[in-house]
Amino acid sequence: MNEMIMPFILTLDATLRLASPLMLCAMAGIFAERSGIVDISLEGKLLSGAFVAAAVTTASGSVWVGLGAAMIATMSLSALHGFATITHRGDQVVSGLAINMLAMGLTIVVGHAVYGRGGQTPALTNDLRFSPNTLWLSDMLKDVPLLGPIYSELLSGHNLLVYLALISVPATAFILYRTRFGLRLRAVGEVPEAVDTAGISVFWLRYRALILGGLLCGIAGAYLSVALGAGFAREMSAGKGYIALAAVIFGNWRPFRALGACLMFGFLESLSTRLEGVELPLVGELPTQLMLALPYVLTVLLLAGFIGRPTPPAAIGQPYIK
Amino acid sequence: MTQPVGSAQQAGGAHSAPRLALELEKISKSFGPVRANRDIDLQVESGTIHGIIGENGAGKSTLMKILYGMQGADSGRMLVNGKDEDIRSSADAIAKGIGMVHQHFMLVPTFSVLENVMLGTEGGALLADGRTATRKLLAEFAEHYGMRVDPDALVGSLPVGIRQRVEIIKALKGGAKILILDEPTGVLTPQETEGLFDILRVLKADGVTILLITHKLDEIMAITDRVSVMRRGEMVGHRDTKDTNPQELAELMVGRKVLLQVDHTPANPQELRLTVDGLGARSKAGHQVLQDISFELRAGEILGVAGVSGNGQSELMETLAGMRAVGEGGFDLLGHRVDARNPKGPDAMRDLGLAHIPEDRHHHGLILSFQVQENVILGYHHGPLTGQGLLMDRDKIRQHSERLIEEFDVRNGRSNVLAKHLSGGNQQKVVIAREVDAVPKVLIVGQPTRGVDVGAIEFIHKQLIALRDRGCAILLISVELEEIMSLSDRIIVMNAGRLVGEVARGQADENELGLMMGGGRAKPKVPAAQGEASHV
Repeated sequence: MNEMIMPFILTLDATLRLASPLMLCAMAGIFAERSGIVDISLEGKLLSGAFVAAAVTTASGSVWVGLGAAMIATMSLSALHGFATITHRGDQVVSGLAINMLAMGLTIVVGHAVYGRGGQTPALTNDLRFSPNTLWLSDMLKDVPLLGPIYSELLSGHNLLVYLALISVPATAFILYRTRFGLRLRAVGEVPEAVDTAGISVFWLRYRALILGGLLCGIAGAYLSVALGAGFAREMSAGKGYIALAAVIFGNWRPFRALGACLMFGFLESLSTRLEGVELPLVGELPTQLMLALPYVLTVLLLAGFIGRPTPPAAIGQPYIK
Repeated sequence: MTQPVGSAQQAGGAHSAPRLALELEKISKSFGPVRANRDIDLQVESGTIHGIIGENGAGKSTLMKILYGMQGADSGRMLVNGKDEDIRSSADAIAKGIGMVHQHFMLVPTFSVLENVMLGTEGGALLADGRTATRKLLAEFAEHYGMRVDPDALVGSLPVGIRQRVEIIKALKGGAKILILDEPTGVLTPQETEGLFDILRVLKADGVTILLITHKLDEIMAITDRVSVMRRGEMVGHRDTKDTNPQELAELMVGRKVLLQVDHTPANPQELRLTVDGLGARSKAGHQVLQDISFELRAGEILGVAGVSGNGQSELMETLAGMRAVGEGGFDLLGHRVDARNPKGPDAMRDLGLAHIPEDRHHHGLILSFQVQENVILGYHHGPLTGQGLLMDRDKIRQHSERLIEEFDVRNGRSNVLAKHLSGGNQQKVVIAREVDAVPKVLIVGQPTRGVDVGAIEFIHKQLIALRDRGCAILLISVELEEIMSLSDRIIVMNAGRLVGEVARGQADENELGLMMGGGRAKPKVPAAQGEASHV
């Protein structure tokens, strides 16, 4: 019985691994966009986070220092995005795009200059990565029918950052709906004037939302280079930041729905690897590119109104002018 | 800090001596070369309702923004309850006990009433306690002032009058003793306005000082104790309301004599221009918004359509102007049949000789980011106004627009000024100039004087009468009953998408029309609180 469901479990296991950076970035996107700031710079932050995490881990010999440095780097990029769009009321898409291009260029240039290996950082040994954690009782429960493999294969055996990504979703929901900061954050993305006239600073609120998102992107970046991978490779974010943004829209700017979208996109990606070169009955071999393009296709269909109607925060994209 | 206003001891102490709640000395504020406020002096006695009246652009809103800390004054002194205060932000104003109800509501439509009210006073990092406290506060407001609102209702789903109630509760929640209301009745129906005034009277009795900013004279006369008049950034007079009259206030506002009553001469109706028979229409969601509308409109008369806003008048206008599809029935316009099988768009209607002054000039009447000269040819830009050939004749357009600016008295108007930089009254004049100058055979005009100051109202009314006398058939739709009654030769009344009656000029007074607007229920008095009661 357990052998029969193993392929499914393994696909789902891969789904979780692939969806983790999406979740972290999607939560970052929710914080930014719920406060009224379009954040396509998720991609650039993810990439920079990955580079800084790998580079600093290599230099310092500690993966924790690497993670911390990645978070500081991505929070700085968020602050930069804020400086351009909140303080100076610049166009949010243009600023985000600039950060993405900056990240893509800088990681390659600095990588070449420092390591000279075609933009890669040196490979990290296992003790310099976030390695898989085996959950409590996992070995003992492994042979229990059905639940055993789900626990010991699917849930257990991931690195710390995967669990952090999973926790980030309920944490985001809690912050948004149960805290003062969350109430104000949601309000500022809808009617910033209401926040201002209630005597609360619109600027400071939006900065905090962006920087909090930066922190999450830093974790996501570190996940790519020092947990899932063992070192930085150029352009390793490979559009995951954009997919996360698509998940935010797909999830209608709500944490749990965005989680669902992240898992769906992660599943499509793991399926595409699993089905590579596999002849399916009747249809033959599926082009994997099709699966990888599906998130974008689905998002376009969603935005065109074929699948429900997204309702973005009302004030999104508009700089606040007193 | 969330304690309801007006505890008993407060109300008792207010009468010992006339205290000043608010005192302004020589407040000035400039925006570049424009001096929005010049040496403003103002004294507001505690526990009174003080009106501030002035035309649009007189500087009222700027003054209120200074009071509420949203803008800093360049110079001058402000005293709150006798103490010198430096109010630099809304937070400062709130801390000093000043609350404000803004002209455009500061509410989050996707939030519940509860969340809107608690925003800014959540009482801790987590919301749970704040929710309980705010729920209690709302219950107290309901009990104390009769301001009942469902705490869990989404604000976006509430009628405007109730939203305003939420705004008032928000302004008062921290125990504010001074309440500023900026043009609070602009969006309200007459019934809702009456409901608001009832609340203000209760608040006043409870010792709250109220500052009411408006450009409507009848409101000043109805509710204030004292009134200050602003004109072009200056205070031009202070009066006790009981010692003044609308005529005097209007003259102070405008700086010259104004005719409050239109010189209405008898009409001379000619041939039929528009025959509507059994007209019906549906909303996007499929609701019947117009049902079985039939009337006739002749050349040389003004037919007024009265009704509480939202009873199908807008839809009637849109259907007749070609902006909304005809459902059932149809109409004959100048010998051309329009119905579901023979639809006509706005351009076709215009070609037939129908002009339309839409009720929402910002969305349908003008392109705000275009220049005046571009706006005055919109819709007519394929015609002779733009010259021959493919290219537009810029000189010709400019001359045309300069002539209209002159004839229609568009103040500060130059051909190359952007429409958004004109005041509301002048924007409306641009729209009216464009449509009237086309010499239409039929004119449909909606809310011609909404958000327009007294001087411009007089001008616009004269233009409409003059156009009628030149033989145009005019359909006038307005929620201002006074406007309908003073301009129309005949009046039809709408309720819930149907016509409920027709009266000739002078045959019905405000009360009777009000009754018909409410659905024709025969009650002895004007049902002032009816609109309110149904929402509670």
